[in-house]
This record gives sequence, C-alpha cells and structure tokens, in this order.
Amino acid sequence: MQSVIQGRVYKFGDNVNSDIIIPGRYLIYIDRERLGQHAFEMLGEGFPDKLRSFDILVAGRNFGCGSAREQAATAIQGLGIKAVVATSFARTFYRNAINDGLPIVECPALVTAVQEGDEIQIDLEAGKIHFGSQEFTFPKMPDSVRKILELGGLAEYLKSQLHPAPPAPQA
Amino acid sequence: MTIAEKILAAKSGKTSATPGEIVEAFPDLVMSHTATWRSASVMQRIGATKLYDPDRLAIVLDHISPAKTEKYAADQQISRNFARNNGVTKFYDIDAGIAHLVLMEAGHVLPGDLIVGTDSHCTIYGSLGALGTGIGYTEVTSVWITGKLWLKVPESIRIILENRFASGVYSKDLMLYLIGKLGADGCSYKSVEFYGGSVSDLSVSERMTMTNLAMEMGVKCAFFPPDEKTAAYLKDKLADPSRYRPVYADPDAKYEQDIPVDISKLEPMVACPHEVENTKPIGEVAGTHIDQVFLGSCANAKYEDLVVAAGILKGRRIHPGVRMIITPGSKKIMMDAMSSGVLQTLMESGGLVTNPGCGACAGDGGTLADGEVCLSTANRNFIGRMGSSKSQIYLSSPATLAASAIKGVISDPREFLA
Repeated sequence: MQSVIQGRVYKFGDNVNSDIIIPGRYLIYIDRERLGQHAFEMLGEGFPDKLRSFDILVAGRNFGCGSAREQAATAIQGLGIKAVVATSFARTFYRNAINDGLPIVECPALVTAVQEGDEIQIDLEAGKIHFGSQEFTFPKMPDSVRKILELGGLAEYLKSQLHPAPPAPQA
Repeated sequence: MTIAEKILAAKSGKTSATPGEIVEAFPDLVMSHTATWRSASVMQRIGATKLYDPDRLAIVLDHISPAKTEKYAADQQISRNFARNNGVTKFYDIDAGIAHLVLMEAGHVLPGDLIVGTDSHCTIYGSLGALGTGIGYTEVTSVWITGKLWLKVPESIRIILENRFASGVYSKDLMLYLIGKLGADGCSYKSVEFYGGSVSDLSVSERMTMTNLAMEMGVKCAFFPPDEKTAAYLKDKLADPSRYRPVYADPDAKYEQDIPVDISKLEPMVACPHEVENTKPIGEVAGTHIDQVFLGSCANAKYEDLVVAAGILKGRRIHPGVRMIITPGSKKIMMDAMSSGVLQTLMESGGLVTNPGCGACAGDGGTLADGEVCLSTANRNFIGRMGSSKSQIYLSSPATLAASAIKGVISDPREFLA
C-alpha cells in the first residue's frame, strides 16, 4: 500500500451494493485479475474497461452494502483502483476492504466536492485529501489497521505473525 | 448495558463494554458455507496448520448445491476434505439446507452466543438471542487460527412493536415497511433490539425473518430477547441444557433511539427493483406482470412460510403464465412439509419443488431471462441477482407470493383470506 495515492476519480451514487460490484456467479474466483474482468459489469457492457481508466472510486452513502462477499474488495483492486472514498461504507465491505488491502476513506465533504475525472491526492498517513487548492481531512486509521493495509491484507498479516522474520543480525 | 454490549464484553473477558470501543472477542461459533474452500485456501497459502478450536467451526454447503460445474465440485471437495482432516464435527453436506436454518435446527445457536460467519445474514441468529454478524472469508481464516477478532461495540436502537398484525400481514411486511422507512443504511453499524407487546405473539420463525431482514437496513446485529418461545424452540435441541443462558439488557441500558411501530396499521408490502428500501404498499404495485415466483431463502422458506403459501394455494392452480419455484430452507423443513401434505399442495397447484438450500436466491437455478419479472420471498432484489441485468425482482411475504402466483400479477393476499 502506498501512503500517498493520486489519480482520477470515478463517482458513484448511494447504496452501491456488492452484487453490483461483483455478481454472485463469479465468486468461484478469488484472484484479482479474473474478478476485475467482471467488476460492475451489471452496469452495462464495457463498464469494467471504462473504470480501468480511473484510479480512485468516490461514492455516496453505504458503499458495498448487501452481501458480505470479500471479493467485492478484490474485484475493485482487479480494476487497478487504488482506493475508495465514500460518504459512508457498509460494515462488511469496510472490514473486507481492509482485510483485502484496499485503502478506504470516509470523507463526505470530498464526495460532495468532486466530479468524474477530477484529480485528487490522498495522504493516508496525514489523514488528508488534496483536490486542487482545497484540503479535506479524515480520521487517521488506527495503527493496527494501517499495519494490515501496509502488508497488503489480512492474509499477509497473519503470515507475518505465524512466521516472523528472523531478527536482524547484531551489529 | 444493552444485549450487544453484554455479549461483546463477556466474549472479550471484560466486565463492561461501551459503544465505540474496540474489543478483541472470541466467538463461540464460526460459520462458513460455500465459501469454506476460500478460507481453507488462505490457510494453506499462509502456511497455517492448526485450528484454535475445531469445535467452534460449523461448515454447511448450501449455496450452489449439489455442485453444478466441475469448479463447484472441486471447491466442495476442498471444503469436505478440510472438515474431515481438521476434525470439524459440525459439518453439513449438500443435503442439509441453508446454513443459518440448519445451525439453528441443530441446536448450535444459543442465547448469548457470539457467532460470526461468511454471510451477511448471520444477523438471523439474534432470533434466538445470539449476536450474529457477517465477515469475509479471509477473516474467517483468521478466527479459525487465532480464535478471535476485533469488533467495534455498536450503539443500540430499540424497535418497539405494539398490537397484532391484521389478516394477510406478516413479519416480512413489517420488515419491508421498516427498511423502506429507515433506508438501506438506516441502522448502519447498529444493534437492534425488538421489544413491545407484539413480541411475545411472534413465533420463532417470524423472529428469524425479522432478524434476517434487519441486515437490509445495515445492522451489525439484531435481537429478540429470549422468552418462553425461545426456550421451547431449543428445548429438545441442546445436547447440554445448562448452556441455555439468556442475556438481557439492563433496565438502565442506553439506547440511541426508540422506534415505535403499531403493527396493526400495516398493509402487505412489496420491495420493488432494484433496492430493498424501494418499498411500496401492495395497492401501488398490484397488477404488475410476473413470470416467476420464488418461495425460498433464509428469510422466508421455513415451514411456517410454506404453510402460509399452501393455505392460499390449496385447491387452486397458479396462473398458466407463471412458474413457481419452491426451495425449502432445510431438509428438516422439507421433510416436515412432506409428511404434513404441504409439499403435495404446493406441487398440485403447479409448483416445482427443488432440493433444500439457497437455490435461486444465490443464482442456483431459476435464472431470469432479459425482461423477465420475478416475485420472491428472499431478502435481496439487487440488479442481476437472479440472472439477466435486464430482469426485475420484487420481494414480498409468502402470502403475497401465493396470491400473485394464482393471479399472474402482483396481488393482495387479503382477497384470498377473507
């Protein structure tokens, strides 16, 4: 995970559910690449390809509501999307995003301010988003959550706990 | 403390818990369904070999069962082998039915338990006074290995129900009314507790429908405080009756909000495409053309639900332009409906009865073509959930479904109940 994420935004409305993000028939896959090919395809032909030209998703209230399918977060990463900023997230999506290594930020003011194609910069460490001359703040993530994101998700975090790196050689 | 605060405190070894606090809690049960192979794959990938406690795992193969492609077959094989190799005794194969219903029927869900699982509708366990909530498959792996997970203690809301349903109105109509009124995030991250004079009248089956549907307003968990009906439901199901230890809220528990509802004033409700919060009273949608009805899902395919539908369909035929698919929630429900004659009534009226499980709600059969309309008793009507992105799903109670199947258009069940 990069601490500073920069790019063009695509903007959704409220209540984008996880069936829209990735339909149930593709839950036989868990890899980013294949899930990404079908992400948001319910919204029309060519939609996944269209989203690939953006870097950050921006959405309204309750993003990721519905099914607890973790692949919703994986599919978004499969599109090459680097972060999601929303007015609010559904709780299962919020957990799954962290556990899948996808940075998510709740920042209602930014959502109101931007339009499709706008360029923004998210500084996860500082808890700030820059849009043109405007600056928006959001609560910083707890260290434990940042650690999971930094390692790329919960699986990698668990791995690091199970098999700790050998101590550095004594100087 | 509220029920959620008490359970989360107890499961994290603390004497109290307050909203907003993050606790490290040890669930009593970790449910995984068809997603089990994904959690098992993560476990293998990270090189973990030991479970915290195999007795805390429950595995039910419910979505897409029996396997319909080689990929599903291979995935189920991974799940089956995982259960066998790790000594998971609470394993239920493709014959059992929908995980939530199977686990409650088997006595694995107890008042005061903390249960997490790979399904958003784990909230249904609150029908018996347990805290149930959904998590993803990687997090299930984590709980399998470590025995614990972090949870934020939610704010609590009381929904206070008074009076009785009018004829033709059911717990499903109440929940569709509430979801429409409060919205898909109306109770986001909250714990909901149901109280009021109506509660003791509501059957355990109705409570299951309600705590299941509560998910569609964003709850973390939902509860009916255990009572005589809870105790009666669990009476012959518990291997160890001393484990029946109900958890109640304290008299001075703090609630963010009280929502009173006079349930006698409600009408049959329908959720219209493509969001559950898009609800309307039956009068505004009556006459809408339908091609298929689906009586199924963890929300409304319990024995009582089949009985309500059969009561309306008995001696009648469904409309020739409608296909009726009935997927009993579990093997036990199907067998009970078989011996009581309910299945025969449903089949004689023109219905197709499938094997128990999630069925068409999870995209397993009953797929909709472009332009088709389905009326379903399930809990979600999201675009494309049952097939084509150009199909439409409406949601209703089993009674409204039965009346509509007879007429060939969405119809008010009250004209069949007068």
